[in-house]
Amino acid sequence: MSTVDLSAGPVRGRFHWAVADCLNVVRRDLTHYRRRPSYIAWQLGFPIISVLLYGYVFGGAMKPPGGEGGGSYLDFLMPGMFVMTMAFGFMNTATTVVSDASKGVIDRFRSMPMAPSAVVAGRGVTDLVVACAELTILVATALVMGWRSNGGFGATVGAFGLLLLLRFSLIWVGVWLGLLLPSPEAAGSLFAVAFPFTMISSIFVPPATMPGWLGTIAAWNPISSTGTAARDLFGYPMPGGTGWIEQHAGLMALLWPLAITAVFLPLAVRRFQNLSR
Amino acid sequence: MSTPTTPHAPHAQHTPYSVRAEGLRKRYGDKRALDGFDLAVRAGTVHGLLGPNGAGKTTAVRVLATLVRLDGGSATVAGIDVAADPRGVRRRIGLAGQYAAVDEILSGRQNLEMFGRLFHLGGRRARLRAAELLERFDLVAAADLTAGDYSGGMRRRLDLAASMILAPDVLFLDEPTTGLDPRGRGEVWDSVRALVAGGTTVLLTTQYLDEADKLASRITVIDQGRAIADDTPDGLKSTVGGDRLEVVAADPADLAAVTEAVARVADADAAPERDMAERRVHAPVTDRVAALTEVARALQDQGVTVEDIGLRRPSLDDVFLRLTGHGAGPSRTEPASEPGTGGGTEAVEVAA
Repeated sequence: MSTVDLSAGPVRGRFHWAVADCLNVVRRDLTHYRRRPSYIAWQLGFPIISVLLYGYVFGGAMKPPGGEGGGSYLDFLMPGMFVMTMAFGFMNTATTVVSDASKGVIDRFRSMPMAPSAVVAGRGVTDLVVACAELTILVATALVMGWRSNGGFGATVGAFGLLLLLRFSLIWVGVWLGLLLPSPEAAGSLFAVAFPFTMISSIFVPPATMPGWLGTIAAWNPISSTGTAARDLFGYPMPGGTGWIEQHAGLMALLWPLAITAVFLPLAVRRFQNLSR
Repeated sequence: MSTPTTPHAPHAQHTPYSVRAEGLRKRYGDKRALDGFDLAVRAGTVHGLLGPNGAGKTTAVRVLATLVRLDGGSATVAGIDVAADPRGVRRRIGLAGQYAAVDEILSGRQNLEMFGRLFHLGGRRARLRAAELLERFDLVAAADLTAGDYSGGMRRRLDLAASMILAPDVLFLDEPTTGLDPRGRGEVWDSVRALVAGGTTVLLTTQYLDEADKLASRITVIDQGRAIADDTPDGLKSTVGGDRLEVVAADPADLAAVTEAVARVADADAAPERDMAERRVHAPVTDRVAALTEVARALQDQGVTVEDIGLRRPSLDDVFLRLTGHGAGPSRTEPASEPGTGGGTEAVEVAA
């Protein structure tokens, strides 16, 4: 009954289809943002409001840590906001994955002769593209408020590279959680965990100002390393941290995401494969 | 409908069965979802898989559609072993219903084009096939609207269309009408009939007995992970004793006379059953019309006033009760509405 030739096309390798299927999943995911641009607004709402609140409401009263060099609280705050936006990204990943899983879209993909890896890999690529868009919007907001990078071009690019590396590692946490959680509503409650997780860090205040034990936890928070390293690269180094972890922020900003990926990528893949249990 | 030709896995034309399962076993913790399940589905037919919630219907479909690995037993779909070549199976099946959804943010057309590309048709053929299927499933008017805004019946039709992109040999429909209003149910039934007329084999799971009765030429009844009956709808009904003659007396005093009259025409080994409270007497009969006329005449001759007299064919509900000792899930008067699938009555009907 079909007038369309439905036969298999030219025989191509597994790798070809893995890439082609992945790109088609990315295309689908990005079409979601095109049809519902408000999704980006929701995801960016919290960081942008935080930037405005902290920058304008507290900004005048807050003395930037190590501000003798002439930096403002905004200079201290903005890299932290970039990090926070990247860190919150795992919730977006988890929410979209759990929504696809609970509605049966993932099952339909799995019943089709497409590359199974494309389902997860496509999500990852989409999230990185969206993260770039979010950073662009956030940087534009920061520029309007008067923030500038003091670092050279290479250092500035390096700082954004570290931010995206953190986001990349958290994709796998999000996929794993998305396949673990029972419903999109449950994914919504992740915020209750994510919010304190980002507060107990060096994003808003230096850990040295916290009680000793809490300061240690905050200093060892993976996002603190990315934050400190980004501040260094943007040319607003944060003095005061004397611990090993603070002295080696650049190294740890690379190692932490790699460690997170090493743990959660296999967990996410296993969880995906266990769908057929 | 053109059959996709693929270089691998020769089509098993020599067997008349499109789906064969032998001794399927699958456990989840302590629960045996499938416990030695057998199934044989003839090519080009609708085969009903009937059972209450938790009987193992969905697990059986998920195993045959390669979504879930077996613990034991073997199964072939379109002649291909599900465990040995799941990808080969996936090229030849479609899955629709409860657990295979469409994308609610994309439009109907975008859904079909996306799935077409993921079926490796390439952009151009995916677009052509999407247009063709929208036409065929009567979704042209709603093609560019968001699928999430479709009515329940339209969404299931889109679901069916998505599962038909490669014109598969075998289509699995997992409770395709659960949560639909009568109109949506009728739309889905029409689509299924049209697909079978085009040569597709359909395995249909349902907990609605009338659905299996209307669509399926053969029915397997599943309970506690096992096939407990496999027959035509008529064959199943005859297992509970075939047709029955039923008489309701107007006056309880006449019950003895009615019972005597019914006993004369009843099958040799079956005594009439009597329900005093409802003044009802019934018994299995073979020569239906003769029995009805004879009893009617006899009672008239004796001056017995009859409130109701008639022949009653057993329903599949009776069959189910007889086979399993319990009913067949939710009754038709209160269909279980499924969260998330959008009740057909609430959603806006967009199609003309």
